[in-house]
Amino acid sequence: MQCRIETSPIDPEALKRSLGDVRAGAFVAFEGWVRDHNEGRAVTALHYEVHERLAIREGERILEEARARYEILEAACHHRAGDLALGEVAVWVGVVSRHRAAAFEACRYIIDEVKTRLPIWKKEFYVDGDSGWVNCAGCAAAHGAHGHTHAHEQA
Amino acid sequence: MKRVAVEYFAVFREQAGTAGEQLDTEAATAGDLFVECARRHGFADPRERCKVAVNDELAPWEVALADGDQVLFFPPVAGG
Repeated sequence: MQCRIETSPIDPEALKRSLGDVRAGAFVAFEGWVRDHNEGRAVTALHYEVHERLAIREGERILEEARARYEILEAACHHRAGDLALGEVAVWVGVVSRHRAAAFEACRYIIDEVKTRLPIWKKEFYVDGDSGWVNCAGCAAAHGAHGHTHAHEQA
Repeated sequence: MKRVAVEYFAVFREQAGTAGEQLDTEAATAGDLFVECARRHGFADPRERCKVAVNDELAPWEVALADGDQVLFFPPVAGG
């Protein structure tokens, strides 16, 4: 049950091989990709800030919760930190189990928990040169009003 | 009065204009200290959507603070 923060590109094929297990009849993976838009704005790149030590600890806690709840054999989660380009893999979750239902359910559980519990923050950079932190109240209010109530770092 | 070391992340660091500071405070809990810091630095995010870690462990807002504690304030997370 391994959670890791990666500063270089994630290699899904290698991660899949690392979960190989002849007892397993099912492998389910989720990949989160960097997309070119969010909430109506054209996105050009992302930056992830991560508190690595606490992110790994919380991530491994989530993986253990998944093992306790579902009949899985192994699970792993890898999340990127730093600057990412469009199309890159931002997060990878993989689960192997004897039967498919548990792998599907555990994979969904892990990614949903990872998104709300790990100390990771996403900054989006937009076509117009602006940038903002996702889920930040000040950023959302400012963008909704097409104005700014506080300064953003520029790319 | 106690002295604590506070660290800010992501938008909080930008709004505070610093990654961290030493504070002398009367705040009894992590939640009280957050309110104090939010007022001073203009943090817009409601406390319910934020998190706190004390001495390297995620903690509830009600956790009591002691002299020398290290307190990390996390704005709303957005992984994935």
